[in-house]
Amino acid sequence: MKKEILFQMKSTYRDDFKIEGYRFGSGEETVCIVGPMRGDEVQQQYICSQIVHELQQAESEGLLQPDRSILVIPSCNPFSMNVSRRFWAMDGTDINRMFPGYDQGETTQRIAAAIFKRIENFKYGVQLASFYVPGEFVPHVRMLRTGYEDVESARLFGMPYVTVRKPLPFDTALLNYNWQIWNTSAFSLYAGRTDCIDQEDSRQAVDAMMRFLVNVGAIEHTHAKPGYLSDFVNEDDLTTLSAHHAGIYVRRHKAGDSIKAGEVLACIMHPYDGRVLEEVRSPYDGTIFFSHHRPLVLQNALLYRIIPT
Amino acid sequence: MIKTIVNTELPLAERFLVKKNIIKGGKGRQRLCIVTGTHGDELEGQMVCYEMARLIQQHIDRLTGTVEIYPALNPLGIDTIQRGIPNFDLDMNRIFPGNEHGTMAEQAAYRICEDLKGACMVIDIHSSNLYLRESPQVRINVLNEAELVPQAKHLGVDFIWVHDAATVLEATLAHSLNSTGTPCLVVEMGVGQRINHRMCSHLVDGIFNLMTEMGMWKGGHEDNDNDDDNDNENEKSIGPSIVCKGDRVTFLNAETSGVFLTDLHTGTIVSKGQSIGKIVEPLTGETLSDVISPTDGFLFTIRAYPIVYEGSLMARIFRHDEDELELVTAVSQKPE
Repeated sequence: MKKEILFQMKSTYRDDFKIEGYRFGSGEETVCIVGPMRGDEVQQQYICSQIVHELQQAESEGLLQPDRSILVIPSCNPFSMNVSRRFWAMDGTDINRMFPGYDQGETTQRIAAAIFKRIENFKYGVQLASFYVPGEFVPHVRMLRTGYEDVESARLFGMPYVTVRKPLPFDTALLNYNWQIWNTSAFSLYAGRTDCIDQEDSRQAVDAMMRFLVNVGAIEHTHAKPGYLSDFVNEDDLTTLSAHHAGIYVRRHKAGDSIKAGEVLACIMHPYDGRVLEEVRSPYDGTIFFSHHRPLVLQNALLYRIIPT
Repeated sequence: MIKTIVNTELPLAERFLVKKNIIKGGKGRQRLCIVTGTHGDELEGQMVCYEMARLIQQHIDRLTGTVEIYPALNPLGIDTIQRGIPNFDLDMNRIFPGNEHGTMAEQAAYRICEDLKGACMVIDIHSSNLYLRESPQVRINVLNEAELVPQAKHLGVDFIWVHDAATVLEATLAHSLNSTGTPCLVVEMGVGQRINHRMCSHLVDGIFNLMTEMGMWKGGHEDNDNDDDNDNENEKSIGPSIVCKGDRVTFLNAETSGVFLTDLHTGTIVSKGQSIGKIVEPLTGETLSDVISPTDGFLFTIRAYPIVYEGSLMARIFRHDEDELELVTAVSQKPE
């Protein structure tokens, strides 16, 4: 394993800002794994550290394939994580909405440009990502529908689900959108939580990553558990349940649970007298894909997304 | 008449409300909407809304048509001194036209957009952010240049910037309205979290001038105006505007991180080689870099927040032609 510095910048009041890369093997740029871009992606940070740990183990056992290189960027934004800010602390901009970046532009555009320049030629790109709506997902691999999405390769992770969604205008500045446009098979790996570490979901994501590395010929063998035959889901086909009332939110089912039609998934209670204002019921049999998980809920908030069976 | 256009529950004994003031006069069918407060840290529009509501009602007999004033599209952001919507990741001006079945923010955006549709003109007032100070300007997507530039000139702002179309901007309020047949002018001026009275007063004059041109307003709008001696004219003179089309703006970005010191203001003419300011290191007393204008031109943006990183935007300069010097000089002599 060799460390490299992808980007370095002086700060007036803090230590230098650095983005490091951990390179395994040499030769064809086969797989690039990009860790957190936001300062609250602690689960993603943990997963990245475990992937690096497993790759170091694989390297010591001689399991790296010849003429293949793997690059892991454990963090694109250590400054924000160190001060518990989700976005770039100085100006609130999101590095993941600055791609492909501009090396003569503003600070986060420059950071994005430096990252993209180093990773744009990899055959496969995997980002450990989080979503803009607070909540938890069933672990899955997600792609944007650009016309270049590589669904078959996405199944090589062996995650339970592979999903595709239509990009919105502001998605065109995401890393994965630009990776796809520049001919990398790009995937976002969603590992359930964001701002706390869930060991089970993390293990599932690390195993999925190691299986993928074997399946695309980057490493010879892995000790990871066997994976799933992934179900393909178009996110437009998911059923969305929203809150009709605001209040205290008491959840009975979480992401990944199987549910029956009519089953109560959660209650919304009056915050002063405890009355049940609403019982949230499933309209179908299915599996919970996304679940709101905060203790308070706003009216019209997205509560659940369900994969009907 | 005050009307609530978004009304949803918050968890504890409060509702999320977006309100507008509908002011009608005469029998005219023209409808002008003034919207602001999409970004909670931009406050210039608050004074403009106040002055428009106050002055129109003071001279209501001079109005023929409907003016609708929306002071706060993101009221929770304004109240919590944050640019975005609390508990929501995305910039509100990147989620239009919204989604009827989406999150609370997306539904709010949808209802706002639907409410504005059909207006004869929408003026969407922004005031930069905490980091940059802007000359009064109107920004127009090149796709809407032919229709909107003549309208923008009536506002009398210093600068009209016709910019390229960009996919990410398709989710702005202005694009959502313009692309569906409701003309919308985006005004940028001043700096975040502050109100520049003079700029606001000039924009108020400009909006009354636009209303006069639209046939919605007759006469003056000053506090001491007397109906008898202001029969048909809006007495305020509206200054000329620089119109920038094509790639004629130079962006200056910080070469080093540090503390930016400058004496310059926006709305001034700068020459090639002139110092815009310097970036210094407070620990050692060093000057880390000089910010130098690479061109002759009109400075319409300058860094307001002094702490900078490499790449922070320091200034924007319009590169004028020789034959535009007289116009640029006239604009630079307007009081800021």
